[in-house]
Amino acid sequence: MKQTISVLVENQAGVLNRITGLFSRRAFNIESLAVGVTDDPTVSRITIIVDSGNSVVEQVEKQLNKLIEVIKVRTLEETAMIGRELILLKVNANHKTRQDIMTICEIMGAKVDDISPSSMTLELSDTPDRIETFEALMRPFCILEEVRTGVIALQKGGGKI
Amino acid sequence: MKVRATQAILECLLEQDVDTVFGYPGGTILNLYDELYHYQDKIKHILTAHEQGASHAADGYARSTGKVGVCFATSGPGATNLTTGIATAYMDSSPVVFITCNVSEELLGRDSFQEVDITGIAMPITKATYLVRDPQTIPDVMRQAFAVAATGRPGPVLIDFLKNVTALNVMIDYEFIPWTENRNTDSIRELAVSHGLKAPEPDLNDIETLVDLIAQAEKPLLICGGGVVRGRAHEQFREFAEKMDAPVAITVMGGGGFPGAHPLTTGMIGMHGTQASNVACNTCDLLIAVGCRFSDRVALKPATFAQQAKIVHIDIDRSEIDKNVRTDHHIIGSAKRVLAELNQRLPQYHRTEWKGQILSLLEDQQIDEQDKLTPSQVLDAIEQAVPEGSIVATDVGQHQMWSIQHFHFQYPGQLLTSGGFGTMGFGLGAAIGAKVGNPDKVVIHTTGDGCFRMNCHELATVQYYNLPIITVVFNNGTLGMVRQWQHLIYQEHYSQTTLDRAPDFVKLAEAYGLKGRRVTNRQEMKEAMEEALTCGCGYVIDCMIDMDEMVRPMVPGGAHITDFLLK
Repeated sequence: MKQTISVLVENQAGVLNRITGLFSRRAFNIESLAVGVTDDPTVSRITIIVDSGNSVVEQVEKQLNKLIEVIKVRTLEETAMIGRELILLKVNANHKTRQDIMTICEIMGAKVDDISPSSMTLELSDTPDRIETFEALMRPFCILEEVRTGVIALQKGGGKI
Repeated sequence: MKVRATQAILECLLEQDVDTVFGYPGGTILNLYDELYHYQDKIKHILTAHEQGASHAADGYARSTGKVGVCFATSGPGATNLTTGIATAYMDSSPVVFITCNVSEELLGRDSFQEVDITGIAMPITKATYLVRDPQTIPDVMRQAFAVAATGRPGPVLIDFLKNVTALNVMIDYEFIPWTENRNTDSIRELAVSHGLKAPEPDLNDIETLVDLIAQAEKPLLICGGGVVRGRAHEQFREFAEKMDAPVAITVMGGGGFPGAHPLTTGMIGMHGTQASNVACNTCDLLIAVGCRFSDRVALKPATFAQQAKIVHIDIDRSEIDKNVRTDHHIIGSAKRVLAELNQRLPQYHRTEWKGQILSLLEDQQIDEQDKLTPSQVLDAIEQAVPEGSIVATDVGQHQMWSIQHFHFQYPGQLLTSGGFGTMGFGLGAAIGAKVGNPDKVVIHTTGDGCFRMNCHELATVQYYNLPIITVVFNNGTLGMVRQWQHLIYQEHYSQTTLDRAPDFVKLAEAYGLKGRRVTNRQEMKEAMEEALTCGCGYVIDCMIDMDEMVRPMVPGGAHITDFLLK
């Protein structure tokens, strides 16, 4: 089962290294990891998606808590969080297929960032499920290149971690 | 007040009551050693033969005194030579602050001479690492490093100063604040809040739950782990055990946490555990483990470990709970605090039947009466000769297990052994640290010929500082423990374990200006011990024992705890 762990860390050199090092050392498999600075420039937030059982996630949380640079760790409940991922996707597109691609983009709420005689570069920010759907719909047009950010997440409501 | 940066580093050591440092100088750490020259009367520096020796010495000093050990080394190879020692301290939760210096800022990241990313290398084997690029942060970093090393579950910390940070013309603002007060400075207070630097206060509800569990139990077993030793909770543990009137099994790291000769002791548990400990573990209905992490040498097969029991885990480190073995109840807190609270709430129990059932499995220690020298004869001769409370530092392997099985350790810090990392070559360094920290105690270093060969150059340190350490080499001409596995599990394929080679350890001792003697029987061993205790210098006893001696009992790794391969 996929679980989302949100971690606040000190924003300084080596911290990301320490966290990813912890994952490899403890043989925890992570599905994605996204990191960025927060409103407080001394603090970064890391969002980690782990696809493992509850006991592994519990260990991940406890081990992260031990790191000096880690300020807070929280596993976010699936139903109580907003999780979003950004995808940039370049597909083959010519005058015959362009309209079909546009239709799918409209339905999915994706944006066209770039266009050339033979390709289109599309952007979509959505839940991981819908990103997967979008990707599947684009596959028949031949995907040339693709990049995903990994999920970032916040809990719903007024609370903070 | 403005002081030199290097002066601030050493003053920060004085803040922590550090009066002894182990280390080895070199190019990038020259500035700090220059400052040390002015502090000779306040800080004693022990120069070892090799940085690894210094790292083990600082560790042995910490384990035996309960204080934080300090170790200096230079950049590059100096720093990497520390790594085995850092990992050893980490696995056994020993508080040591390692201080290295790196190349200057303008050379950093350019593959400069003797440059290595030691903070990167040490990351997975330390509680924290600090790379100091701004001299103004020195007092904060030093105070944090000591707080992190010493509090909660102790462990090693590494600080790497860039050489330019320690330049002798760098002046910083500094005010001497003793550690008892500097733990209240802002940066540490913040750290204490976010990371529980202070030992967590045990939850009283959790304690009440355990009191109830104990009331329902008929056949409880206690495990004394390394946390009892590190937390110096031996008095509380003893009171707990006596109130429980239950058998007590002791892990390798728990040696000294509970008196080895106490009538409730069942001895070691796990791979080389006694019949009594392992059977008790398999039949008890309540297992209370204090400061023990259920390593694969204790909980050999987690799925069937204490399968009839409710397992209760008391530990200071939350991440140990349910890591290796699924527990039914846990209490987070220092062994000392938890047991003190628990003791107040416990009635006096009497469990004559259960106790008798388990303790009757204990066999009296048999000393072989053979003509040729045996390990038990060697250990018996040591025990008979040394004063009570003598410190024992071991290396790793058969002699380590024999030593721990044989000696009855009475207090924390009396046994120094690399239990978690299993570092061959740990013993002599650790013995040096212990002797420096406990000059009034007799320090015995038990080792094998394989282990001793690894770091025997530290005899130079023994000689120079006139440390009368007694090294007892269990010389069987083989890597005994590995041979034992080859014998039992690998169809006697003695692949690369026979050590029929130089040096002559007696001549080696003499070459280092020490004394030594080779012994081949019980009488000679007795005489050698007498000589060793009175000669006033380091002494090496080369004990010739048979290469087919084995550590008994033995349960193979991964097997059920009572499936003894050897009885």
